[in-house]
Amino acid sequence: MSELVVQDLRMYYQSRRGQVRAVDGVSFTLAPGKALGIVGESGCGKSSLGITLLRLLPPNGRVMGGSVRLGGEELLTMDEETFRKNIRWKKLAMVFQGAMNALNPVLTVGSQIAEAILAHERVTKEEAERRAKDLLAMVGINPARYGHYPHEFSGGMKQRAVIAMALACNPQVIIADEPTTALDVMVQAQVLKAISDLRQRLGLSLILVSHDLSVVAQTCDEVAVMYAGKIVEHGPVEEVLVRPRHPYTQGLTQAFPDIRADRAPIVSIPGTPPNLLSPPSGCRFHPRCPLADELCAREEPELVEKGAARHRVACHQVSVSGEVAEVRFA
Amino acid sequence: MKASNGEILLEVRNLVKHFPLRRSLKDIMQGKRSAVRAVDGVSFFVRRGEILGLVGESGCGKTTTGRVLLRLEEPTSGEIIFDGQDITQLSRQEMTRLRRRMQIVFQDPYDSMNPNLDVFRIVAEPLRIQGLARDHDEVTERVARALADVELTPVEEYMHRYPRELSGGQRQRVAIARALVLDPDFIVADEPVSMLDVSIRGGILKILMRLVRERGLSLLFITHDLSLARHFCDRIAVMYLGKIVEHGAADSLVYRPHHPYTQALMDAVLSTDPRQKHIFTGLTGEIPNPANPPSGCRLHPRCPLATGLCRTEEPPLVEHKDGHWAACHHVEQSLARLEAKVTTAAAAEAE
Repeated sequence: MSELVVQDLRMYYQSRRGQVRAVDGVSFTLAPGKALGIVGESGCGKSSLGITLLRLLPPNGRVMGGSVRLGGEELLTMDEETFRKNIRWKKLAMVFQGAMNALNPVLTVGSQIAEAILAHERVTKEEAERRAKDLLAMVGINPARYGHYPHEFSGGMKQRAVIAMALACNPQVIIADEPTTALDVMVQAQVLKAISDLRQRLGLSLILVSHDLSVVAQTCDEVAVMYAGKIVEHGPVEEVLVRPRHPYTQGLTQAFPDIRADRAPIVSIPGTPPNLLSPPSGCRFHPRCPLADELCAREEPELVEKGAARHRVACHQVSVSGEVAEVRFA
Repeated sequence: MKASNGEILLEVRNLVKHFPLRRSLKDIMQGKRSAVRAVDGVSFFVRRGEILGLVGESGCGKTTTGRVLLRLEEPTSGEIIFDGQDITQLSRQEMTRLRRRMQIVFQDPYDSMNPNLDVFRIVAEPLRIQGLARDHDEVTERVARALADVELTPVEEYMHRYPRELSGGQRQRVAIARALVLDPDFIVADEPVSMLDVSIRGGILKILMRLVRERGLSLLFITHDLSLARHFCDRIAVMYLGKIVEHGAADSLVYRPHHPYTQALMDAVLSTDPRQKHIFTGLTGEIPNPANPPSGCRLHPRCPLATGLCRTEEPPLVEHKDGHWAACHHVEQSLARLEAKVTTAAAAEAE
């Protein structure tokens, strides 16, 4: 199993009105077998990060710089043929948002998984079928349902089948983009349990992209908070979600009340996320930040370790020892 | 401030909404009738100046309930008593007049707005439908007031924008302004913030809360999100397969859920605190088809406490304590089970 190291990754969408800086200098390391949650609001670049890693960009998406290494091997500059043959789905796989609705309705679920195996590996049909059945069992679906069609599956089962499909070629790293977003809470719990079981059994590394802090809190070891194309805070979940330091993370945790906590008004962060065609100068959060001063408007803060080991924050207002004023949003 | 004074504004008695299914020739010959029983005998009430949360999983009938209350769908049977009057008996014309007092806000503001109208015309439209739009100055004033109520200020800046020029949060504010322009007593809000980002949904909720607390408006807040309901609503009603299985004060419902379904639902809601490690017990199986719901208690095929009685007899919704109602034959066992679980969790934590 190998380590995934992302350094200063930049991916911009080219548009007639200029460049949309969707991923703008993202760096993190994902140790083998660990789970990293990427949280943030719509348009912050979290889904773009996933498709950049997998090199599945739309025609107007362009990597502007940086490096992505898996087990020491540079993926960004690798030629497409090698990447397709050795990396995509083989080592790095993705479960796309809404993928469960993209299953082919006229083919059985099992045959679609077998097809994914046959497309990438030289195995017999029988072998592919056997492996597809194993994969179904692994995500908690009775292999006897191999020959059933998508409409015979519930939402939660379809989502688990799609996860099984991403596992077809034994990848080391799985990127799951909002894997439970359209699902009811009870079904969500089943899908998350299937993901956790798989990680334990196969030693997979996971990047889980979600807007839902509770999903990340309960499934991931680490969390990276993205805002306007950048990671603003990153560290172990017990650190970042329990003692959030960046004012944006503080706001996000306050806006996401825990059901078991005392009744409290649901807060909002004033303003709206910036347009990534022309992001604000300095810290991108400064126009919405109650702590912002002149320095924040002028100079971009670096993402550096502050206070606790492996807890990185990009904020001028957080001291070197991790001290910061508590921000109360209303 | 007009706080909730306990007076009931809306009462629903045994409300039923069935959607007939197409039948095969064979079914017709055999006289078989089949229907999706979306709402199947629902009773609840909303007091003046209170927020009632209607919570459940997709397909439980919560949206249909909201639509039937305003007779956007005609009820199959049952009574809807609004301010002392059974509105199921009203003619179309009378119902249109009554909509001055009952309004709805939909989940997707973009879907529910004519993209060719500007904000002014969207918000003024209910006035026009009600025949209250004769005086232009008065219309302008009422629209401006409604926009100010939802904090789209300065109002001149928003009046002549089109929906596509607004953010999701601003569009939902316009939708609320449109509901407010007639100065209603009762609003159904169907998942009003579920499409919005967490950093902005609080703003919408604050507006709704202010209207309820300051004007004594009553709100039926339909949501799939039990955490949200817990922090936003005064009382919560939980629906499962076309039935209300439990309702009570928000705190009571969350801390002491009586019904095994509510307990399972609570159990599935994840904590945002990573130190609270989650043990999910949940329910077995999946939600049955609402065209062919189980006999007796609808939860019985999935319920860990089910007995023969549950298979044959439907449990009535009865009051157990201080306005906490539940429809379960085995409430005592259910509460004992909950207590045992809490004790085990506390013991595990102590270790």
